[in-house]
Amino acid sequence: MNTRQKPIQTWDIHGGIHPPENKTQSLGNPIQTAPIPAQLILPLSQSIGAPAEPCVALGDQVFKGQKIADATGFVSVPLHASSSGRVAAIEDRPIAHSSGMSAPCIVIDTDGEDRWGARNPLTEYTAVDRSALVSHIRNAGIAGMGGAGFPTAVKLSPPADKPIATLIINATECEPYITADHALILERAEEILQGIDVLTHLLQPARILIGLEDNKPDAATALNEALSGRPYQVIEFPTKYPSGGEKQLIEILTGKQVPSGGLPADLGIVCQNIGTCYAIKRAVFDGEPLISRITTLTGNALNTLGNVEVLLGTTMQAVLEQHGWQATAKSRLIMGGPMMGFTVLSANVPIVKTTNCLLAPTPSELPSPDMAQACIRCGMCAEACPVSLLPQQMYWYSRAREYEQLEAHNIADCIECGACSYVCPSNIPLVQYYRASKAELRERAEEHVKAEHSRQRFEFRQERLDAAEREKEAKKAARKAAAAKRAAEKDAAATAGGEDNAATAKQVEVEAAVARAKAKKDALSEPASPSSNNEAND
Amino acid sequence: MALLHVTSPHMSRSGDTGSVMRHVLLALVPGIVVMTALFGWGTIVNIIWACLLALAMEAMVMRLRNRPPMFYLRDCSALVTAVLLAIALPPYAPWWLVLVGVGFSILVAKHLYGGMGYNPFNPAMVGYVVLLISFPIEMTQWAAPAGSVPDQAPTLGPLSALGASFPFFSSTPIDAFTMATPLDVFKQNDSLMVEELFASSPQFGSFGGYGWEWVNLAFLLGGGYLLYKRIFTWHAPVSMLAALAVMALMFNDSGSSASGGSPMFHLFTGATMLGAFFIVTDPVSSAVSNIGRLYYGAGIGVLIYLIRSFGNYPDAVAFAVLLMNFAAPLIDHYTQPRTYGHGGQQ
Repeated sequence: MNTRQKPIQTWDIHGGIHPPENKTQSLGNPIQTAPIPAQLILPLSQSIGAPAEPCVALGDQVFKGQKIADATGFVSVPLHASSSGRVAAIEDRPIAHSSGMSAPCIVIDTDGEDRWGARNPLTEYTAVDRSALVSHIRNAGIAGMGGAGFPTAVKLSPPADKPIATLIINATECEPYITADHALILERAEEILQGIDVLTHLLQPARILIGLEDNKPDAATALNEALSGRPYQVIEFPTKYPSGGEKQLIEILTGKQVPSGGLPADLGIVCQNIGTCYAIKRAVFDGEPLISRITTLTGNALNTLGNVEVLLGTTMQAVLEQHGWQATAKSRLIMGGPMMGFTVLSANVPIVKTTNCLLAPTPSELPSPDMAQACIRCGMCAEACPVSLLPQQMYWYSRAREYEQLEAHNIADCIECGACSYVCPSNIPLVQYYRASKAELRERAEEHVKAEHSRQRFEFRQERLDAAEREKEAKKAARKAAAAKRAAEKDAAATAGGEDNAATAKQVEVEAAVARAKAKKDALSEPASPSSNNEAND
Repeated sequence: MALLHVTSPHMSRSGDTGSVMRHVLLALVPGIVVMTALFGWGTIVNIIWACLLALAMEAMVMRLRNRPPMFYLRDCSALVTAVLLAIALPPYAPWWLVLVGVGFSILVAKHLYGGMGYNPFNPAMVGYVVLLISFPIEMTQWAAPAGSVPDQAPTLGPLSALGASFPFFSSTPIDAFTMATPLDVFKQNDSLMVEELFASSPQFGSFGGYGWEWVNLAFLLGGGYLLYKRIFTWHAPVSMLAALAVMALMFNDSGSSASGGSPMFHLFTGATMLGAFFIVTDPVSSAVSNIGRLYYGAGIGVLIYLIRSFGNYPDAVAFAVLLMNFAAPLIDHYTQPRTYGHGGQQ
């Protein structure tokens, strides 16, 4: 075989678990192509970020790859038609979300001809301006394909003060059951590397590391063989869930930890999913926007398991039926893996850019959770936590709604990987408690901001009223002093001159001046006091 | 049609709290076997009687609290408490002593504080301390270990052991074969050099208490099994044993009559190993983080030595554990581990 270099140093992360991998069953066959469905449902929001704005009208003829919705901000990506047809509706449809909610979608009745619109490849990408290349990637609608769906172009525009030294390509795929990236590497390693070439050109990193777990040596071999002289390092490290979390992978490959609340760019690192690299290759070399993805179809409730390339907007129902899925009232359908994926309430929801896996288990394969027992604080959760939290304490404080304690225990750093729940001998749905507490904390933070606004508005108004009042008082005092002065002058005139009178007049004048000065001083000093009080209160 | 809605994660490792507790019970077996070999069937009678009481009381409380009793009995936590208390009691303890102890452990120390997982103090140790303070005579009548006295009668078989604990069946006089424990004798000694004391008293073996060395080794074996099974981490037990050994080393003074006893003597006498691996490791009432458990264990080790050497009681595991139970929340407050991405190395 190929000559392996001496192993590159990797670091271990705290905790982690070794659940049954269940990956072989979906790796038996090559990637298949799912047929074009009669109808495509394309949600306007398929990434973290602002939803796209439709740029087609009802009844419009659209072509494959045609842009049908524009990005609406920096953190937003456009949307493209996955096949040719007519816009049948622009309306709310149920989407893949754990709550079963609906969201605005563009619905296309396909014509089955799959006619491409204009394709604009950028093969000579090294010849164009960097910003032009970034906007080309953005216009292709590419968002992180590992599951979170962060708009890719945003990560490719790091601030000038944070140069990127290390580009990490995440091929870990640590979740059980999922093999979409694995299959992609086995079949399209060369194209993936072309995508990485584009990223390398854009970011000019000193090191390019491709990280994957040692449970897929064939994928590592495929990548190494396709390298053909490129200076990329394919790094294998021991299989452990959740090594594929962005922060975890960065620690494994570099030994550094992303500061809490910070970004990998703070360490000079950009991390991209390997599926995203493939999408970038398609966009740059073939001029094809992101309109399809590889999805793993797995679980014992299916007849045929494997990876399919499916058009975005195809309903889960349509794809799963072709693989022999029969839904019953006891069926569970999970989008994503068994550790972090969520159940959908109906299969009539579209596959989107982040749908890396559809898991249709039988009840015996993933049995319903047992009734939770009492927490005995055994600490197995703390041993498993990849972030070194104390899940048992966070559970305690979540139940007691002690939000200050939850913040002190860094609940915001929880990545919801589920390792704690997995090992819990008392079967406590720990992650669910943390999700609820985090939502509550977010709400409280928002309320705090609102309250702070109201307080500031109230204080500003109070200050304005006070100032007006003081001005009034000052004017009144001035008038009074002026009147007194006039009266004194009158008196002086009446008693016909003399030094005494002059002295009296002078005294009155001095008093009036003192009164004016005092009023001015009050007006200056008073507004300061309420705000300083508030600072002390904060 | 609505599909099943379940929150992630969808997989979980097999096993439940009951399986954790069953591992603990299994790990206690070697110690129980050695104790039975040394002291006769009294320990077994204690254990069975305590278990029956504990299960009945647990079921009764669950019925009162309108919870399904079988679900809660399955977690075996009541059994663990009962067995630990029964082991700590003198073999051939009268039946009512066990009743009072189990009653206090299960009803007061466990369920009045909210039940499983909520008790701030180790229930078995609470029961033990209540008995020790209330019934000092019954609690200090330990049977003599087999073979320690040359002309000693053989240890009691199952039936006579039953008779010793339940005198209304038959009556076995137990005074005949009780003797002071090695820690008692050691504590009372103020005239003999340690070497002379070991030679003159039947209570002492080669380095610890006669027979107690084997009891402690057996519990150490059980503790090793639990560590291997990752039921708990090494932090609390190792730090407790280390602290006790260091304290003993400091006051050992090469064996004069004022010696506090060698580290080996303290590690392998009395309830040291039982405490280290089965009491100190009780997760509910201990500190939570690994660093916290180091402090927690060390505190117990130091307190055991102080109470054994300078306190009024010959053995001290129960008091030391209860005192550190008090301190656990404080320790937790100061020993939160560093979270990913916070401070320190980046």
